[in-house]
Amino acid sequence: MASERTDAPALRGLRRKDLLGIAELTPEEILLVLDTAEAMKEIGSRPIKKVPALRGKTVVNLFFEPSTRTRTSFEIAEKRLSADTLNIAIASSSVVKGETLADTALNLEAMQPDMIVLRHSSSGACHLLSRICKSGIINAGDGMHEHPTQALLDAFTIRERKQRLQGLKVAIVGDLLHSRVLRSNIHLLTKLGADVWVCGPPTLFPADISRFGVRATSVVEDAVEGADVVMLLRIQLERMQGAFFPSLREYFNVFGMTEERIRRAKPDAIIMHPGPMNRGVEIASEVADGPYSVILDQVANGVAVRMAVLYLLAGGAEHEEAA
Amino acid sequence: MSVVMDADRISRTLIRITHEIVERNKGVDGLAIVGVRTRGVHIARRIARSLLDIAGEPVPTGALDITLYRDDLMRHAVGPQPVLRRTEIPFSIDDRKILLVDDVLYTGRTVRAALDALIDFGRPKSIQLIVLVDRGHRELPIKADYVGKNLPTSPEESVQVRLQESDGVDEVVLQQEG
Repeated sequence: MASERTDAPALRGLRRKDLLGIAELTPEEILLVLDTAEAMKEIGSRPIKKVPALRGKTVVNLFFEPSTRTRTSFEIAEKRLSADTLNIAIASSSVVKGETLADTALNLEAMQPDMIVLRHSSSGACHLLSRICKSGIINAGDGMHEHPTQALLDAFTIRERKQRLQGLKVAIVGDLLHSRVLRSNIHLLTKLGADVWVCGPPTLFPADISRFGVRATSVVEDAVEGADVVMLLRIQLERMQGAFFPSLREYFNVFGMTEERIRRAKPDAIIMHPGPMNRGVEIASEVADGPYSVILDQVANGVAVRMAVLYLLAGGAEHEEAA
Repeated sequence: MSVVMDADRISRTLIRITHEIVERNKGVDGLAIVGVRTRGVHIARRIARSLLDIAGEPVPTGALDITLYRDDLMRHAVGPQPVLRRTEIPFSIDDRKILLVDDVLYTGRTVRAALDALIDFGRPKSIQLIVLVDRGHRELPIKADYVGKNLPTSPEESVQVRLQESDGVDEVVLQQEG
């Protein structure tokens, strides 16, 4: 590993306090996060999995949508960096009493946290908070907009297996319309030079998807043909208000990733899924548990990538120095 | 700018330190060598090679990045964080005698951070400190066990160690800061 990488990344650090999306990151910034995550991954293999880097920093995990993987992953990352963490879940927050997001955030901020990790069902919620809060804002998924740390951990996992992203054929199959993971991944993969194919029922294509510089098809065999990476997206029934396809069984028959379909990909192709998986809908169990599946590696790498993001953002934005 | 050590001098110095290590530890049994990134690692690898030549036995070698243990990490004015590199210690340090290697010993703060980082990997039998240059001006009670060259400096000067592996040349240079 690391053969193409030099000892020192080209960039000396992130000059921002928020991570709102992949769209605003440069390729150099993305590579800096991935390189930093490589160093962070080693910490998870130590007998004492903790470093003092963020000692005395307070991080609030503010989750307005259910989440197990992402919230746990952020919390472990924060703890491994010695930050103090605070979890606020919607069910126990004042939101159920009618408080607005902005008021909730300003009240939390009055208690001087350093960073807020936000998940919200509205696209743009993180941008709103970044404008009104002094704390750094990390987007842990906002509506159908972006989920930047997921795309970063996906890229990290691909690079770990394939040593590169440039020139790889990546097929992303599933519910394209409702997926923030898709949007973040498209931004990231195209910035780093991958050949991205997206596939799903035409009813689940976002409007002008081709503007993103990807190839769109509804023929799953075409998308998978010769792919280095096959990434599946969950069918997000909870976001669907209407009939996008006749039945889950029919979806599986036409788009489900089976062993037969996966044979069209390269022999060393890897299978990814951001979770939670619906076995028998977007992915067959034999594929999810197969030797080419890196789904659990993605989860493991998520901690290292989030440690890297927390560490890099903790320095804040340079333009604040004058203030 | 003046060159205070050239390639020959550095090479002879490292061989001398290697002999001191073998003498003091009565061989290389139970030793492991850990360099502080970046140039401490290069020096550590060179000493490991000399130890192999002299004692005929390989000594486990590792690399330590101390960035996350720096005492000024979150104290500096707002700005980009220092670049983090991999720590690689592919052996247990428990009950070993660890030779910790850095290029320049100055305030002692890097060594303090390195000691904290090492202890997170286990409980070594002992830690001995090797530096190529000791330039004085300690701010913490830290002393090297093996010193390549004692170099009296003023705080306005900077000492730069350049090594083939990272800089394409072997030399130690004393410069006026400005």
